[in-house]
Amino acid sequence: MIRFAGWVKSRPVLVRAVAVASLACGLASSSVVAAHEGEAYPSAGNDIHNMASLQRGARNFMSYCSGCHSAQYVRYNRIGADLGISDDDLRATLIQDPDTKVAETIRSALPKEDAKRWFGNAPPDLSLIARSRGADYISAFLKGFYLDPSRPNGVNNLVLKGAAMPHVLASLQGVQTAEFKMVPVAMADGSTVKQPEFEKFVLTTKGSMTPEQYDEFVRDTVNFLVYMGEPIQAKRESLGIWVILFLLVFTALAYGTKKEYWKDVK
Amino acid sequence: MANTDKTQAPPSGGLYGWICARFPLDSLVRDHLSEYYAPKNFNVWYYFGALAIVVLMIQLLTGIFLTMNYKPSAQEAFSSVEYIMRDVQWGWLIRYMHSTGASAFFIVVYLHMFRALMYGSYRAPRELLWILGMVIYLALMAEAFMGYLLPWGNMSFWGAQVIVNLFSTIPVVGDSLVEWIRGDYYISDITLNRFFALHVIALPLILVFLVVAHILALHEVGSNNPDGIEIKKLKNEKGIPLDGIAFHPYYTVKDTFGLGVFLIVFCGIVFFAPTVGGLFLEAPNFDPANPMQTPPHIAPVWYFTPFYAMLRAVPSFAGTQVWGVIVMFSAIALLFFLPWLDKSPVKSIRYKGPITKFMLGVFAVSFVVLAVCGMKPPQGIYPLLARIFTVTYFLFFLLMPWYSRIDSTKTVPSRVTYNVDEH
Amino acid sequence: MSDDVDLGRRQLLQKATALTGAVGAVFVATPFISSWEPSARAKAMGAPVEIDIAKLEPGAMLKVEWRGKPVWVVRRTPEMLASLKADTSLLADPDSNASVQPEYAKNTARASKEEYLVLLGVCTHLGCSPSAKFTPGDVTVQADWPGGFYCPCHGSKFDLAGRVFKGVPAPLNLAVPPYSFASATKIVVGADTKAA
Repeated sequence: MIRFAGWVKSRPVLVRAVAVASLACGLASSSVVAAHEGEAYPSAGNDIHNMASLQRGARNFMSYCSGCHSAQYVRYNRIGADLGISDDDLRATLIQDPDTKVAETIRSALPKEDAKRWFGNAPPDLSLIARSRGADYISAFLKGFYLDPSRPNGVNNLVLKGAAMPHVLASLQGVQTAEFKMVPVAMADGSTVKQPEFEKFVLTTKGSMTPEQYDEFVRDTVNFLVYMGEPIQAKRESLGIWVILFLLVFTALAYGTKKEYWKDVK
Repeated sequence: MANTDKTQAPPSGGLYGWICARFPLDSLVRDHLSEYYAPKNFNVWYYFGALAIVVLMIQLLTGIFLTMNYKPSAQEAFSSVEYIMRDVQWGWLIRYMHSTGASAFFIVVYLHMFRALMYGSYRAPRELLWILGMVIYLALMAEAFMGYLLPWGNMSFWGAQVIVNLFSTIPVVGDSLVEWIRGDYYISDITLNRFFALHVIALPLILVFLVVAHILALHEVGSNNPDGIEIKKLKNEKGIPLDGIAFHPYYTVKDTFGLGVFLIVFCGIVFFAPTVGGLFLEAPNFDPANPMQTPPHIAPVWYFTPFYAMLRAVPSFAGTQVWGVIVMFSAIALLFFLPWLDKSPVKSIRYKGPITKFMLGVFAVSFVVLAVCGMKPPQGIYPLLARIFTVTYFLFFLLMPWYSRIDSTKTVPSRVTYNVDEH
Repeated sequence: MSDDVDLGRRQLLQKATALTGAVGAVFVATPFISSWEPSARAKAMGAPVEIDIAKLEPGAMLKVEWRGKPVWVVRRTPEMLASLKADTSLLADPDSNASVQPEYAKNTARASKEEYLVLLGVCTHLGCSPSAKFTPGDVTVQADWPGGFYCPCHGSKFDLAGRVFKGVPAPLNLAVPPYSFASATKIVVGADTKAA
């Protein structure tokens, strides 16, 4: 298995705000993705409360993803209402098809049958991708394309081996190769076998963005994907604070009542 | 329960009087609330019975509202759940309450059951009360299992696939039984439709009926308590137990406080961490059901994992895997026999000896470790741990007739332990 | 009951807890009741519809569906418009005082542009959809029929502005939905302004 030794150094600081009550419950609000247990990806570092980042992410998504990927549960005017984008701005900046109404959901322009023929797999709907795979995984995926002549589309992905998706962001990121070193890995029977371990990426062709700009591009896009996975999240948390405060008052009063009544019990 | 002052005339005036002349409202209130005498020494473990009723109410209410928008078909189920989560006003809250409620139900019920284990609440004369409770637990597992298929996520699909296939290990009839349960050759639209019917109609009806029976049985024999003392043995001149207090108002106000604390935790999860890191809502279930692709790691929801771990811990031999299934079902079945396995002269753990205390600890640890093992892929240390703790889980039950008899005991006082300052 | 029990304090606390609980119950009820409101999908499907009237001939009618109901667009001829101003004494609500229409359609022609009539094709009696009977003197309605709409269910009659005649079961004029002209040849039904 390929590990991420080279990436840990550049791990960005975790900036997710941890909600008050989740601390009270002793629960972490970030979702652990059971499906990819044991593989820790560098943190995506996104923040769903950062509106500017979400708006940039929405533009990135519409410009670079929605050509092939739908988000069939997400309505444009919901994005507008949540991210503070007016209907006119939605039409001007996000909605590409003039016949699409603001109340409609994000459909991809690519017919599913064609997609299946071209890529072997229909590009998945991205409404819930951040909930099923996790932000960190997607971030690593978008940064994980490298040249691999053995693949039909010329690239491979460190996170998803043999990914059918071409590197559509190559014009931005540039093209990178991956360097591996052979390391001994202990097998179950006690013997050791040499296996390739990922060391680092080397940018061989520059893209239109600097690596920092590309990192921000990915962070914003992932942020938007996380938002799409659960558009209510920010409101859910802010409402939750009031609910908990109300319940604290109720519980305190109930405790006082109980104390008073139980003075009878000797 | 059987009150001495049945002679007390029901109120005659007003609407209440009008109703009481036509419906036994007054005697119901007196028998089950104002003149149901419960021991005064209940501790924190005694909140969970009332809380289980609260969770049942939450599940019934949110469940009814979910059915208003949910579509029980393979084509539409997954998207109708997302429709509820995004398009229906407040649908997200109703859904998260239901999904959190499912886990909350098991948390509360497991703690409620452990309380019974500690204080010997299953002992005579409460054997039937305990058995009714066990049947509730079985119905609850069926309810949860069928409910888990309904979102039609990929974990729903494969979870149901694996669990239903357990029945195929039954000799001779296994395969045709599985086909009959599914109504198809795989988990399909047909299966989803019938699980929906059972989840929203049949099992809730059974659960409500069983809960009523459980409470009636409880009020017939009277509540046990942390001392395991029968408070009915000592009564005052009015026939009220010396250590008993009226359920209403004393335990209604106390349970109201417990409800507040519970709701703080419950809403903390609903509003701040509804997936609980993949524990209450598993990540692969945000992918629609895909019969062509199993998620990389299949694990049932946490409340089934102790039994799932036992299932995996038993190797197949003599050409069949039925042994694991037998072990798994026996682990639950043994609980039914608890009233007759415990030979101790005392009920409560407070007056039992060191061996029994140790064995109860072993049981609790086994259950938790097995739960963890069941969540992990069967690699590394986990298969070994699962085997060890499957054995210790069974030893708790199988050795009980022996250790409960030979273990030392302390003298049980005639009156319950109650310290005013602690309450 | 012992001496140190303060019954007043007990009552107060109990009432405060009960009151807070009642407020909490209202809070809980709100999302459940609101969940019956039209969902985002229903609203999206009930969004305004655009009707292309470029090919609509004078004297002809177009039918479209909006929010699950028929909406009619009639391009009225000068003769049809003239018939509206004839004898209004036969009408139950000639000035549309009791009937449902946007402010800009509360006039004799019941339209913002006289030529185009936009109506909700639902009888105000029991919800059938009336039929177009535009030919004056259509004997299937009545001998001196001025032209209009006739409901086949219970015989309600309306003129060419959807105004109801006296002596029929329907109490009110046919409703005019909110609408606007996106361009000279495009009507948007369901929105007053140009927002589509």
